[in-house]
Amino acid sequence: MAFARSRQAFAIAGVLGLALSATACGTGDDKKSDTAAGSAECAAYEKYGDNDGKKVTIYSSIRDIEADRLAESWKQFEDCTGIEIDHEGSGEFEAQLNVRVDGGNAPDLAFIPQPGLLKRFVDSGKLKPVGADTKKMAEENYPADWLKYSTVNGQFYGAPLGSNVKSFVWYSPKTFKEKGWTVPTSWDELIKLSDQIAATGTKPWCAGIESGEATGWPATDWIEDLMLRTQTPEVYDQWTTHGIPFNDPKVAEALDKAGTILKNEKYVNGGFGGVKSIATTSFQEAGVPITTGKCALHRQASFYANQWPKGTKVAEDGDVFAFYFPAIDASKGKPVLGGGEFVAAFADRPEVQAVQTYLASGEYTNSRAKIGDWVSANNKLDLANVANPIDKLSVQILQDKSTVFRFDGSDLMPAAVGSGTFWKGMVQWINGKDTKTVLDGIEGSWK
Amino acid sequence: MTTATPTVAAGTQKTGGRGTSAAGRVRKRLNSRTATIVSIVIALVWTIPTFGLFISSVRPENEIKGSGWWTFFTNPSFTLENYQEVLFGRSSSSGQLASYFINSLAITIPSVLFPLAFASLAAYALAWINFRGRDWMYIAIFALQIVPLQMALVPLLKFFSTGVSIGGVTVMPAWDLVDEQKFAQVWFAHTCFALPFAVFLLHNFISQLPGELMESARVDGATHPKIFRSIVLPLITPALAAFGIFQFLWVWNDLLVALIFAGGGDETAPLTVRLAEMAGTRGNEWQRLTAGAFVSIVVPMIVFLSLQRFFVRGLLAGSVKG
Amino acid sequence: MEFDFAAEQPKFLMLMYGLIAFVAVVGGLLLLLDVVPAWFARRREAQLVAASASGAPLPRRRKPREGMFALFFLLPTLLLLTIGLVAPAIRTTMLSFMDANSNDWIGLRNYGWMFSEDSIVRVLINTLVWVLLVPLVATSFGLLYAVMVDKARFESVAKSLIFLPMAISFVGASIIWKFVYAYRGDGQEQIGLLNQIVVSLGGEPKQWLLDSPLNTLLLIVIMVWIQAGFAMVVLSAAIKAIPADIVEAARLDGVTPWQMFWQITMPSIRPALIVVVVTLSIATLKVFDIVRTTTNGNYETSVIANEMYNQAFRYGQNGQGSALAVFLFILVIPIVIYQIRNIRQQREG
Repeated sequence: MAFARSRQAFAIAGVLGLALSATACGTGDDKKSDTAAGSAECAAYEKYGDNDGKKVTIYSSIRDIEADRLAESWKQFEDCTGIEIDHEGSGEFEAQLNVRVDGGNAPDLAFIPQPGLLKRFVDSGKLKPVGADTKKMAEENYPADWLKYSTVNGQFYGAPLGSNVKSFVWYSPKTFKEKGWTVPTSWDELIKLSDQIAATGTKPWCAGIESGEATGWPATDWIEDLMLRTQTPEVYDQWTTHGIPFNDPKVAEALDKAGTILKNEKYVNGGFGGVKSIATTSFQEAGVPITTGKCALHRQASFYANQWPKGTKVAEDGDVFAFYFPAIDASKGKPVLGGGEFVAAFADRPEVQAVQTYLASGEYTNSRAKIGDWVSANNKLDLANVANPIDKLSVQILQDKSTVFRFDGSDLMPAAVGSGTFWKGMVQWINGKDTKTVLDGIEGSWK
Repeated sequence: MTTATPTVAAGTQKTGGRGTSAAGRVRKRLNSRTATIVSIVIALVWTIPTFGLFISSVRPENEIKGSGWWTFFTNPSFTLENYQEVLFGRSSSSGQLASYFINSLAITIPSVLFPLAFASLAAYALAWINFRGRDWMYIAIFALQIVPLQMALVPLLKFFSTGVSIGGVTVMPAWDLVDEQKFAQVWFAHTCFALPFAVFLLHNFISQLPGELMESARVDGATHPKIFRSIVLPLITPALAAFGIFQFLWVWNDLLVALIFAGGGDETAPLTVRLAEMAGTRGNEWQRLTAGAFVSIVVPMIVFLSLQRFFVRGLLAGSVKG
Repeated sequence: MEFDFAAEQPKFLMLMYGLIAFVAVVGGLLLLLDVVPAWFARRREAQLVAASASGAPLPRRRKPREGMFALFFLLPTLLLLTIGLVAPAIRTTMLSFMDANSNDWIGLRNYGWMFSEDSIVRVLINTLVWVLLVPLVATSFGLLYAVMVDKARFESVAKSLIFLPMAISFVGASIIWKFVYAYRGDGQEQIGLLNQIVVSLGGEPKQWLLDSPLNTLLLIVIMVWIQAGFAMVVLSAAIKAIPADIVEAARLDGVTPWQMFWQITMPSIRPALIVVVVTLSIATLKVFDIVRTTTNGNYETSVIANEMYNQAFRYGQNGQGSALAVFLFILVIPIVIYQIRNIRQQREG
């Protein structure tokens, strides 16, 4: 009853032209109201055309608070254009998206974090290439490096959205200060520091690759980071596209280099046990011993900022912070591993394309960044809108001219390898299998 | 009997109220006190993992991750924060846990009733109506139990979203359901998936009803529908309750079917979907799962405990023949 | 967190529609079955009357239309099963002979892959271990417990506690046991119960889920923990249903408890035992959440259902995933044959 009445009131208010705060009415179906649409704030949205009352569904892996932030970030767009965006996030995103698409129930848009998966949908003819507006917007706002990940056979299938930087090593500025340790800026310094810490009786590194059904992925990030550091970016690209076999000596070199830390009983696994404990330690808690001094270094992406126990201050002068995972040969530039998601469309209705274009725009990027805990490679992103220190550092790295950015390799490979045998192989590798057997096994699965 | 709990009472009524079952005899010959103690100890051991989770659910996040739940007793630090977050939450949608609760109910009730009714009709036909090939049909339905749910998702979703057409002729249009109408899809899916087991279970009971009962009814001129309604149905009510509990537990705890056919919004998604979501985008809030698990257990527990009596009788009905 | 009850109204309305549909379908069906034969009977009677009046030969008296009755009773079930399970099963079988994207027919190559890939062979062996151990252990435990707890004090409480895990979802149960098996290095404070026990007994903590084949057994423990309650409740009910006079007579004959168990109890509860073993076997063949939540099949713990899901939905290998599913159908054949034999015996007996 209350529901019906409030709708009635809403209608009456509209008729009388008294829609003072119709948008704040919150009946669940706020449509564009004349006052809102005509206001100065909405002027920026006029270019998205007239799609009042249309609905666009989005499917992603983003849930809970993060999902709320998403909804907040495009609220004004919804109010001004009258397009209703219906977002659904699921922890089963990859598998469920397959089921929905195959079942003829695809969402309009999906935020796909794996270019490999995106390519698969292109190959099966399900994805629609983006409209001209979106393409133009994306080309203006994103580095070419990023655009190529969603370009298949010369067609562009979706602009990037959020990003994260994975080449980070977390540490405790407080502990470092107390012990007189300094943040390493080269690989040699990093190893020297590790030895120095190990000599005090503390295992310097902690790591964990258990992540439920995605167990193994943090180790693949390690390998990718080391591939970028021991090899050229070109070799990295060959590796992710199967231009060189997975068991190529170059890959073995990277793996062994990672092994000098990950499989070194003197170095790991601070706070948890020996090397093998990496396999069963969940990635969420892997870095936590840093806060208790049982471990000093933890290589993990920028988003690890959310995993620290409540009350931990994440800042350059705080309890924990991260430094750039140093290059081995600094003269070759600054290799950075990262990830992100792409806004791919299963429908090409005008309102869907309008949303796609909007999500690639500077307005959206800054709107989302202001809400917090979010980074994008979008060059319209104003650093002033990024509050969180680690996000700031990420943006600086992404926008740094000397940065050689490469996308997370396991996300580029076919899923059977990238989120199948590569993950599993890493688990076996940590669990004691030798480099060659593991790489041969992964190569064998890549058809 | 001093231990005339409902369970036991139900059991003894059927056996003539004398309260001496074979097992009872065996047990008495053993040392009854030892048996009692051992069985209680086992029951307690069985409960320890759940109990541990329960203790964890009232501990602060950092402690869950840092020390064992048993340290709670030496170093108690109690918090309701996990429950607070699960029930009232920090995210905009979590204030509406009640809403998901209602969704769960709206999904579960018809998803239990439909298979119950259809399966008991089918089981009766397979057990007591003579027609050619019925044994093979029963075996076929029985064997369908093995079809993995996962493999049925895509075809069934296609059935809903694009309808059925044979040779270009639309036999059934797409359902095109929105919001709460999607419940219908979930009912449909759960009913399909439940039927083989339901038919198997109910057939087991119905086929063991005494044949003389049916015979005499037939002689009196009763038709099959009449026999089904007035003789079979009352006799198998307990068996229905038994299957009802299983189906209830299954549907209530289901995540996969709901994810596909109901979607994730608060208009249709059940509690399980919401709880799974609550782990956060990167599983960073997994301590909430401890509290979440308990919130979702409450209803099945109440249902089980209150229907336990029927449940036990239901399985008795299966052995009426002796 | 204001809760607008009115906003929930459409849901209740929908639920009501559902219930109305239920009553309409089921009630309608029964009514139809009542009315239609009556109408036929009347028509037949009229025919008979007419026939006898005109002196024409009487229409041959047909047997009651049993088959038609059966059809109506079975109609909803058969319809739903065809849409929901038979069609998908056929589709899956077809896909299993096709490539990853279901475009080309590739014959038996997916099956070849299944038996040549070491890791998949391992999966098949694991599934076999599961399906042999779970029904056996869960049923024996359930039976033992049912006998032991029978008429003990606190019987219903004890039974409820054993049954409690049934009320927890597989995912929930797996989370619970992940806590039990959790590991922290030697010298650290343990958070897993099992390691805490080991440590307090002076042992070294172990990473339980890492070493094959122990890890598979530990995962099986989870399944047994969940399912033993089911076995126990069913068997306990069957035991209570054994007629007292039989027991009494046996006792007067002076049988030992051992004989009593094997000669009276076991034969009497045989039907219930079969239900339990068959149900558990099938549930075990399909087990998926436990492996997925605890290890996702790493450390050589994977089973068919888990591998099938990964192949078909995560790796985009529809053909290989389907082949694994078909192999599941094949595994159930022995149980089906056993059922056929049972039915034969039942019809004869």
